[in-house]
Amino acid sequence: MKNQQINQKYNRYVEARIPKTKAWPSLFNSFWVGGVICLIGQGINDALLYIFPSMAEQTAWAWTLIALIFIASFLTALGVYDKIGKFAGGGSIVPITGFSNSISSPAIEFKHEGIIYGTCVKMFTVAGPVIVCGVVASVVVGLIYYIAGLI
Amino acid sequence: MQYLWVFLIGGLVCMLGEVLIITTKITSARILVCFVLIGVVLQAVNLFEPLCAFAKAGINVPIIGFGASLAKGAIGAVKSYGLIGAFTGGLQATAGGIAAAIAFAFIFSLICKSKTK
Amino acid sequence: MQTIEFKRRPKIIAGYTIAGPKEGQGNFGKYFDYVMHDDIFGEKTYEMAERKMFEQAVTGALQKAGLKSADINLLLAGDLLNQIISSSYTARAFNMPYLGMFGACSTMAESLAAGATLIDGGYFENVVCLTGSHFSTAERQFRFPLELGNQRVPTSQWTATAAGAAVLSLHGKGASVCMATYGRVIDYGVTDVNNMGAAMAPSAADTLINHFEETGRKPSYYDLIVTGDLGKLGSDILIDLLEEKGIKLGANYCDCGHCYYSRRQDTMCGASGCGVSASVLNGYILNKLNKGEYRKVLFVPTGALMSTTASGQGESIPGVSHAIVIEAGE
Repeated sequence: MKNQQINQKYNRYVEARIPKTKAWPSLFNSFWVGGVICLIGQGINDALLYIFPSMAEQTAWAWTLIALIFIASFLTALGVYDKIGKFAGGGSIVPITGFSNSISSPAIEFKHEGIIYGTCVKMFTVAGPVIVCGVVASVVVGLIYYIAGLI
Repeated sequence: MQYLWVFLIGGLVCMLGEVLIITTKITSARILVCFVLIGVVLQAVNLFEPLCAFAKAGINVPIIGFGASLAKGAIGAVKSYGLIGAFTGGLQATAGGIAAAIAFAFIFSLICKSKTK
Repeated sequence: MQTIEFKRRPKIIAGYTIAGPKEGQGNFGKYFDYVMHDDIFGEKTYEMAERKMFEQAVTGALQKAGLKSADINLLLAGDLLNQIISSSYTARAFNMPYLGMFGACSTMAESLAAGATLIDGGYFENVVCLTGSHFSTAERQFRFPLELGNQRVPTSQWTATAAGAAVLSLHGKGASVCMATYGRVIDYGVTDVNNMGAAMAPSAADTLINHFEETGRKPSYYDLIVTGDLGKLGSDILIDLLEEKGIKLGANYCDCGHCYYSRRQDTMCGASGCGVSASVLNGYILNKLNKGEYRKVLFVPTGALMSTTASGQGESIPGVSHAIVIEAGE
């Protein structure tokens, strides 16, 4: 019991000693980098619809996202995306490019452990939870809609 | 004008992620999970479509869009194919993105090495 | 008693340091024997590069000491990787009897203290103490892939790419290891893996308090008191913790991790890793001791005994630190 109190006291003390960083610069950077990534997406989408006027909007969006995923994967391979990430934080994590980066980076990192046990197994160490949670949530939503439709 | 809204809303969504990072110290995997779930919920309560019509890429490019298409796929497939749609719809709708991310990651992992900082 | 005195005063007859390019640009850069041009060091993987650094450190130290590997009775080595592979594979290359050490970033003091004890006991003549760390191998084991675009939190520390080897011997000339205070494992319940300074500071405080009590010495007795890799936050906490007990650390105190990189290098709280204290001791401190600029040094590397498995299960991070007293030779 006494130990616990000492620990709590120490942790409170540490919390107070942690250097405070200014939040505004990083918020601003995440804002404009995130905005620019979305702008690039909109630009690609509009360009696709301009070049192929007959393309369905759904297909155009799919191509847009694939293009963004490719760009992010490529920048990760070049070793540039982590520098953008360090600068922009949430600005480069939240867009779909961050998802792509979180799949590409472990794939490249763990290639030395072999294609199967390195690249393929470790590919989802960061992005796995995203797919798992997203898919489970979508199944739940589907089930709810199915049950609601029965009533 | 459209582009201005895309920039502002996309930027705001990303900044929300940064606020989460600063205030709760959570790592990028958890942030992505949070935003995917936000997308699923937005779609489930039918709020995503009106947002998307207004903000376009500003809401579609953030991972929220990915969550929304998962939910949209599941809901649509349930309406057309019944119960099985709840399981097939979500991944079907997002297959392009996931497959692209996996394929590009695999190809680049064959070519490139990670660089030190 | 945690403190022991060595009657035969084993000597550090040679020390060799090797560091990465970023470390070479840091504050201790000019004291390193060899600065690598890149982190991969001509190898296929970063793990192999770390191993090659270790091998070069041993070869270099032996050369400086004028000994052959057959003259070495024992190799004491440790590192940060799982199952201390860098050390074991280095031992494989040198054909010496080998004991693996794990004290996280305190390994340099752990191996020197153990080596000095064994020599003082009369069982060995020449012992090599070796440790080091590599940014890229530690990063992938403890944190995230290198290319993942995330931000570092303000309390985080930068794992140094550096290795150091020391040859301890009964004979020869050099600074002597006079005392060692073996440390206890102390855990104040810090769970944040990005705040290792706070996790380790209590263990450093515990070891230092014991050392001063048992020897009856004051901090001012030493020309230099140097902790391992507490970083900026951790060393500030240590000063506070000791002040609570009435021990005042003065201008003769410094922390290797805090001073390791220059301010421009953007490493948040400073450096961490076995390589920090190993390279500062074998590079900077031995140099100053041999020149006579320092006479008595208290060397206290600190180790955060963390594991990703235990952290994942919600365990807090225990810390350990050992103190050794090194005095300049006559």
